[in-house]
Amino acid sequence: MLQQILFYAFSALVIAAGAMVITVRNPVYAALSLVVAFFGSAGLWMMLEAEFLAIALVLVYVGAVMVLFLFVVMMLDINIAVLREGFARYVPVAVVFAVLMMVSITLVVGPRHFALEFVAAPPPADPDYNNTQALGRALFSQYLLPFEAAAVVLLVAIIAAIALTLRHTRQTKAPKPERQVQVQRNDRLRIVKMDAEKNT
Amino acid sequence: MISLAHYLIVGAALFCLSVAGIFINRKNVIVLLMCIELMLLAVNLNFIAFSHFNQDVAGQVFVFFILTVAAAESAIGLAILVVLFRNRASINVEDIGTMRG
Repeated sequence: MLQQILFYAFSALVIAAGAMVITVRNPVYAALSLVVAFFGSAGLWMMLEAEFLAIALVLVYVGAVMVLFLFVVMMLDINIAVLREGFARYVPVAVVFAVLMMVSITLVVGPRHFALEFVAAPPPADPDYNNTQALGRALFSQYLLPFEAAAVVLLVAIIAAIALTLRHTRQTKAPKPERQVQVQRNDRLRIVKMDAEKNT
Repeated sequence: MISLAHYLIVGAALFCLSVAGIFINRKNVIVLLMCIELMLLAVNLNFIAFSHFNQDVAGQVFVFFILTVAAAESAIGLAILVVLFRNRASINVEDIGTMRG
């Protein structure tokens, strides 16, 4: 019973926060709703006995990625009114599309195929079962190569993000030879025609 | 008891919401990135639900990698967004077309 209450509470939280993300006007509120959605899914993952990933989601996503999002949203001076134009025009299309997709996905994954009679609930884990240990064992033995590839992906992301946003501010005062060679007469010298002035 | 179908339907609802969000926020790149994050979250929920009900830790390993890739993707996406804003002073998707060449 408690499990059901928790499940419905977390699901409602996730779906309400997801709806807020896509509808609110201010991107800052959208980012904060996304944080709430992450917390709700961390709760759902906790119920599914994926404790390590639930905590990692909160630490990595809420702690790092969403802070990055908020940082960018607040750093950019965005004109929301321009971005919102056409909002009302696309709502009916979006609703129709989402409802159609929801119905078709529900037909596939709904209770007709995945109810408890077909997929029995697993017994609750032992008190001394350690999710982090099990995940670590799989990661560092069977999935060692993908794990290292993931590290490379993160390194590439770091370098790409720095390379993209680095602003080349010249700290040194050294002249640039390539620009000195290209200089034209008109860049340096300006001839001004003016009448001779009378001495009064 | 909560069956696997419950979790899958929550994931499906989240996924459909984010698809709708991509439709209605198609001018705002920041909200588009957030919708992609929501989509990945929905997929991760499915993976973890199947992992739990099949008693197999491989699904959680997959979620681990998806989280890694999603973090990298959002970092690079936001970096591109910052560069775009510096050059165009807007984050409208329609202005990105003028960046060709």
